[in-house]
Amino acid sequence: MDSRRRILDALRTASAPGAPAPDLSRVGVRWEDPVARLAEAVAAVAGKLVRVPDRSALPAAVAALATELRVARVGSAVAEVPGNVDLASISDPHLLEGLGLAVLPGAFAVAENGAVWVPCDAIRPRGAFVVAEHLALVVAARDVVHDMHEAYRRISFPGAGFGTFIAGPSKTADIEQALVIGAHGARSCTLYLVG
Amino acid sequence: MRVALFVPCYVDQLWPGAALGAVKVLEAHGVEVVFPEEQTCCGQPMANAGLAAAAEPLARRFLEVFGGFEAVVCPSGSCTSMVRNHYDPFLAGAPGFDALKAHTYELCEFLVDVLGVREVRGSFPHKVALHQSCHGLRELGLGVASESMRPRTNKVDGLLRSLAGIELVPLARADECCGFGGTFAVVEEAVSALMGKDRIADHEKAGAEIVTGTDVSCLMHLQGIAKRDGRPLRFMHVAEVLAEALP
Amino acid sequence: MSHGSAPAPAGGHPEAAARFVANEARTHWHDQALWFVREKRDKAASLVPDWEELRIAAAAIRAYQRGRLPELLEEFERNAVARGAKVHWAADAAEHNEIVHRILDERGVRRLVKSKSMLTEECGLNPYLEARGIEVVDTDLGERIVQLRQEPPSHIIFPAIHLKREEIGVLFHDKLGTPQGLSDPTKLTEAARGHLRERFMRAQAGLTGVNFAVAETGGVVVCTNEGNADMGTSLPPLHIACMGVEKLLPRLEHLAVMVRLLARSATGQPITSYTSHFHGPIEGGELHIVIVDNGRSRLLADTALRGLLACIRCGACMNTCPVYRRSGGYSYGWVVPGPIGSALAAARDPASHATLPFASSLCGSCDGVCPVRIPIHDALLKERRTLAARGLIPPGKRFALAFLALVLRYRAVYEAGGRILRFALRHLPRFVLYGPWNVWGRRRELPPAPKESFRDTWRRTRAAGGRSRG
Repeated sequence: MDSRRRILDALRTASAPGAPAPDLSRVGVRWEDPVARLAEAVAAVAGKLVRVPDRSALPAAVAALATELRVARVGSAVAEVPGNVDLASISDPHLLEGLGLAVLPGAFAVAENGAVWVPCDAIRPRGAFVVAEHLALVVAARDVVHDMHEAYRRISFPGAGFGTFIAGPSKTADIEQALVIGAHGARSCTLYLVG
Repeated sequence: MRVALFVPCYVDQLWPGAALGAVKVLEAHGVEVVFPEEQTCCGQPMANAGLAAAAEPLARRFLEVFGGFEAVVCPSGSCTSMVRNHYDPFLAGAPGFDALKAHTYELCEFLVDVLGVREVRGSFPHKVALHQSCHGLRELGLGVASESMRPRTNKVDGLLRSLAGIELVPLARADECCGFGGTFAVVEEAVSALMGKDRIADHEKAGAEIVTGTDVSCLMHLQGIAKRDGRPLRFMHVAEVLAEALP
Repeated sequence: MSHGSAPAPAGGHPEAAARFVANEARTHWHDQALWFVREKRDKAASLVPDWEELRIAAAAIRAYQRGRLPELLEEFERNAVARGAKVHWAADAAEHNEIVHRILDERGVRRLVKSKSMLTEECGLNPYLEARGIEVVDTDLGERIVQLRQEPPSHIIFPAIHLKREEIGVLFHDKLGTPQGLSDPTKLTEAARGHLRERFMRAQAGLTGVNFAVAETGGVVVCTNEGNADMGTSLPPLHIACMGVEKLLPRLEHLAVMVRLLARSATGQPITSYTSHFHGPIEGGELHIVIVDNGRSRLLADTALRGLLACIRCGACMNTCPVYRRSGGYSYGWVVPGPIGSALAAARDPASHATLPFASSLCGSCDGVCPVRIPIHDALLKERRTLAARGLIPPGKRFALAFLALVLRYRAVYEAGGRILRFALRHLPRFVLYGPWNVWGRRRELPPAPKESFRDTWRRTRAAGGRSRG
């Protein structure tokens, strides 16, 4: 008998009692001002939120960011933002090494925790979101959801089925609980909220 | 109202003041107190060590001695919790057990929930730290533990606070365990003693003259450490505080 | 070289804990570090208006899952395979290791990067692979630190919480070539970033744990702050994800509940920096999911203890446990320490972990912080009963308590015993009372013994049926 059969049989004979489908009607949080709450949440995860009036303002904003961060190589998957690295043409993610700033589109942002949902079709190669030294995410202000329940209602996994919530830059507190921003992923994360 | 006083064995033998105080406080509130002399011990030390066979006869004895009283009141959170929360494996289905569970109270919860006491008469002009014994706090719900996000209420704190002149000092860790834990005090002696020492340091730093609580077991452990280390803290059971405060 | 399961210390938890506590200053430092995490958790939870309802929902999700686990696993497998993932089943640790090795070996992989997985620690994967010529690099900073020190992790979220920055500085000077005396966490982390980046770039495969798997979508979810799991799965083409059967969630909506609870409980953050959802392989790559039993089905069959399978490995119980904080992860002798670790270890192998259910004062704080409301201290108490029933309690203790129980059954004997006790406490010379037999007396004074017991006073001061005159 193969292990799959053995395991499933063992789990069946365990006869754990059936339990009712969980009642999720009492969970969830709504904010009076989700965008204001989002700004607090992004700061709390060591990100930076920048409001931008419309998408045409993005190129200048990103250029300024790149100057501020002193990065030369900028790769963008956001139509309005030109970069000098053509991300779509990179088939080997190892070639992302040295990418100073990746500009990626977020589907929405979550007010309760400052996280941005970045689905896979937005990122080619996938590694751009983590190999880049710095990260900029672009989300429309009307695409701010209240909490994770609302977030997951909006999520599906088409195509290659990868998606990630990104909340601020990479970080660690593994050495004496001292918070260090910039572990293996991005050293900074700027969220452009458009509109 | 007539209640049977349940006196933990170690209170009976080593810290009778807690029971004497409980009697005084109950009688001051118009309660008739009887002391069923056949009682010995609720069996908690044996049960907590996993020795169910040794604990069961004591559980049965408890039901025989205390079954049928209108209420059973005990100056101890852990012993009360033993009866209400841990006697099921021994007594489930036994006649009178459900009634016993429903009518066995720790002293402070009896005052607050049954007698409806909100303020206690009397004065106690001292700086007091309340040590929140774990079983009473979490298993009986005498208060809301610091890790819970439910609105914070506390029956013991509420009663003490109503005494004139009392100053309840705030602790750095409001409800960290003192480290007694029954046989834990001996089996894990090193950690137990350090836990107690740390509680004492917290109480002292907060400026307490007197440490009080609902469980003599915790107080004996803390007092033992304080004395060995020459700390000037005094230890009084809540019943002793309330009794002393009475005009 | 990393480490599989830590061997149980010979004297069990009490002996290991006593050694830890002997360095009181360091114990206080360790205790304060973990209490700090507990406080961060409290702060994070206090900002969530529906926190207690979330916990109730999470417990219900896990109970629902336990009641239909085989069907959910089959649904998960169908959906994962439909996405192009390969699903493997491992009955035990040995099979898990063989499967992982085979996947790597068949593809000529010699350099593997790993993100945190307590399951792979449980199975002893690292030494197994290393013995077969595969370089395994743990990429979580804390895990890398203990790997370089050839030690096991001491906490499931903060593997190196038992180490001071100076000690890590010495380690990095030795292994990474950082300047001598450098102990600044930011600079040490920067050095680790460069060192591990090189490993990520050269890796031929990435192995991760699984925080949650979702039956409805066939996907696995990995949460990190450092981004190491994402580095390890975006660069090499081969991703192996290892999960215990209990990691499964039925639907995506259940994931929302868990993700809201996990980071807040573990570190006090609202969410980890990265919460990555994998369905099927990366372009041009492979995704292998290894589903592991290794005793979980046996635990599911245990009516009293099956609730322990709800655990989401957040570590909150460790942070709140006054005993764990003062004894450290190594005192427990199992890959997962603290309250839940004690319960799981003793459930798995009572004889080898007989001291763990007693490494607790039963304060119940762990129950209160557990995001899935596992009644951990109840489980420990049940395990004490199991140990007693199997004769695994030390004979001296059993005898003493049985004797005490006998004394307590007869009022006259109890009263006489009490009188003798009080007399002894009042009159025996100190050197007798505080002899080496008196464990209580090592660091505590015995309580002062009154002349009269309560019942003596009661009898003396009360006429039959009358009120007190004294």
